[in-house]
Amino acid sequence: MTASAILLARAQFAFTMAFHIVFPAISIGLASYLAVLEGLWLTSGREAYLNLYKYWLKIFSVVFGMGVVSGLVMSYQFGSNWSTFADRAGPIIGPLMAYEVLTAFFLEAGFLGIMLFGLTRVGKALHYVATLAVAGGTLASAFWILAANSWMQTPAGFTISASGQLLPASWLQIIFNPSFPYRLVHMVLAAYLSTALVVGGVAAWHLLHRHDTPEVRRMFSMAMWMAALVAPIQIFAGDMHGLNTLEHQPAKIMAIEGHFESSTDGAPLVLFGLPDQDAGRVLGAIEIPGLSSLVLKHDWHAPLAGLDTVPRAEWPPVAIIFWTFRVMVALGVAIFALGVASLIARARGSLYENRLLHRAALLLGPAGILAVIAGWFTTEVGRQPFTVYHVLRTVESASPLAMPAVAASLAAFAVVYFTVFGAGAFYILRLMSSPPHAGESPTPEPGPQRSAGIVPRGLV
Amino acid sequence: MVPDAALSYVWALIVALAVFAYIVMDGFDLGLGILFPLFHGERERGTVMNSIAPVWDGNETWLILGGGGLMAAFPLAYAILMPALYTPVIAMLLGLIFRGVAFEFRWRTQRGRRFWDGAFFAGSTLAAFMQGVALGAILQGIRVEGRHYAGGWWDWLSLFSILTGLSLMAGYATLGASWIILKTEGELQQRAYRIARRCGAALIVGIAAVSLATPALHSQYAQRWFKWPSVLLSAQVPLLVLIAAVLFFRALKHRWERAPFLLTLALFALSYLGLGISVFPYLVPDSVTIADAASPASSQRFMLVGTVILIPIIIAYTAHAYWVFRGKVGTEGYH
Repeated sequence: MTASAILLARAQFAFTMAFHIVFPAISIGLASYLAVLEGLWLTSGREAYLNLYKYWLKIFSVVFGMGVVSGLVMSYQFGSNWSTFADRAGPIIGPLMAYEVLTAFFLEAGFLGIMLFGLTRVGKALHYVATLAVAGGTLASAFWILAANSWMQTPAGFTISASGQLLPASWLQIIFNPSFPYRLVHMVLAAYLSTALVVGGVAAWHLLHRHDTPEVRRMFSMAMWMAALVAPIQIFAGDMHGLNTLEHQPAKIMAIEGHFESSTDGAPLVLFGLPDQDAGRVLGAIEIPGLSSLVLKHDWHAPLAGLDTVPRAEWPPVAIIFWTFRVMVALGVAIFALGVASLIARARGSLYENRLLHRAALLLGPAGILAVIAGWFTTEVGRQPFTVYHVLRTVESASPLAMPAVAASLAAFAVVYFTVFGAGAFYILRLMSSPPHAGESPTPEPGPQRSAGIVPRGLV
Repeated sequence: MVPDAALSYVWALIVALAVFAYIVMDGFDLGLGILFPLFHGERERGTVMNSIAPVWDGNETWLILGGGGLMAAFPLAYAILMPALYTPVIAMLLGLIFRGVAFEFRWRTQRGRRFWDGAFFAGSTLAAFMQGVALGAILQGIRVEGRHYAGGWWDWLSLFSILTGLSLMAGYATLGASWIILKTEGELQQRAYRIARRCGAALIVGIAAVSLATPALHSQYAQRWFKWPSVLLSAQVPLLVLIAAVLFFRALKHRWERAPFLLTLALFALSYLGLGISVFPYLVPDSVTIADAASPASSQRFMLVGTVILIPIIIAYTAHAYWVFRGKVGTEGYH
């Protein structure tokens, strides 16, 4: 591929990935949320939890379906646009993705049928097992796909063959590569937080529209607890992930920080500015002296290396990740603030009356999803110019294809994705626009007979 | 760190079976998509949709397993085939997306139902045609240099690949029509008999044309078919196709309900076997063999562990789904 074709192929991956990641992130969060709701219903016997369960189950099934179809594209894109990567890294990435597929598509799909159709038929205990299995399935597929992704960031446990293929030497080292635990925790928390904000946003919308039912109150309260408790944990986990990146991918951190030049006596924290990759400096930088050294090295005066210590051919695109990182952090801080505000409102007893809080929760409804996308860009663009960090360059990974092929497929994906997922988002919003109520149905009516097929009828 | 020959053949068999499972299972529901405009009114269309609604998403997962298994077990073949089949594969994926969401979306909207019904037809037809085209493109030959595809992005297009595309469409439509025969009664079933006869005729013509054209494409194909003494075995394949075809039309004439579907499956199995005879032991005809493309034994073994645990579970619940939903579908779905 030519340089511009590679750029288009990267754009295509980024575009399809940015669409895809939203669905699994919400699926992971909602699956666990559903498990919590059903658990609370079983232990407390309160109908509000059951109604919430059925309400979110409908949305879950649509989100899960869109995750499957957008994921189908991802599994073929490695071959279509990145065939050399598929050949070289296939022996390692292939099995990890195969496990992801087996757990995600088959196990979840199998138990989803019971979740959707079996509540009145299989008995409470077995139904709860199915809910837990789906939640476990989403986490298991997150485990495998993040193992594959982390291995590309911090490859370990492999050898290189004469033909250039990367061969597995130790599967334990491959799976539990240095960045994997941090990335897994950070991503799963992000999924939980994103889902909580969506739930909180929907609840806030209904509170603002005076649909003040016990179900709406319950889900608003639960979402705000999540924001208050998980946001600080997530900020801490993100910090740990950042320190891990500093150790294994220092160039990525240098670019995020906008540190083109090394500092001998305390590196400044660049709040804002316009990174100029060619000139090798940040224009109009607003800085806090020494703070970056304090954050990264826990010492105001610690020296910190800059991109001038890295060959230019190994610089990631600085401006993109400089900004996506700041978007992610700003959204994280806003979510944290929402959590704190909810604690104050709760203490004052105005959690369900404070309209300013409800407006903020509504506004931040998509904040988690946006932060996930921004964070994903930061870490993946930060891996450039490699696909497998310091092992395989992006320019060596692409398929032998001409520019028009990549351009045409990108255009086709754009048209189809906006139509299909636009319609999907519209239908989800419509489901959300009616408040959860007593006697909620677990499936939208009318509807197709679906995964019910995989429910053992003997059981139901 | 070398490939293990026996393990590689096990994996070749797994991938081949996954692809075949996909072809027969998604085949009939794609076929119904192709025939969808022939069904009129919400009553018929709802019935047709509901006859496959419980099983289609399970069917499609085999495609992911086929593709994923190919990448993991035979990365070199995957890396050569995907760029070579770039346009057909992407067109197929987009078609599958459209028809997949149409299942859900057509119930969510009154105004948009016609649009999603159209998407179901167009997506199914495109996916079926492109799968056939991809098959033809593989058979007619793929230019390879070193470890890379060396052709252009329109190499897949030829009269032969269009022929295989149309033939597969006819095959899926036949499966779809026989499925309707199996699943419905009355007027709709009678119409399905007539549709099955026409699609079946097209399928037989397609099989004959592709079978005659294939040995002519490359001398190696002809050699594998006509080599002594294995010709004694390979000659049985066209013979069996002929028998199955005759039985198929008899079954339609006598208004048997199950036989047409089973005989169409037999035709698919025989054609698939015929393809195997043409290309074995190559994954990319005449350039990359199963052994060439195999990933190291460590990769194949690691993956086999999960596969031998999960595949039987999957087969069990898939079989159960079909068992539960055996019998006729009413207009309100299975009750």
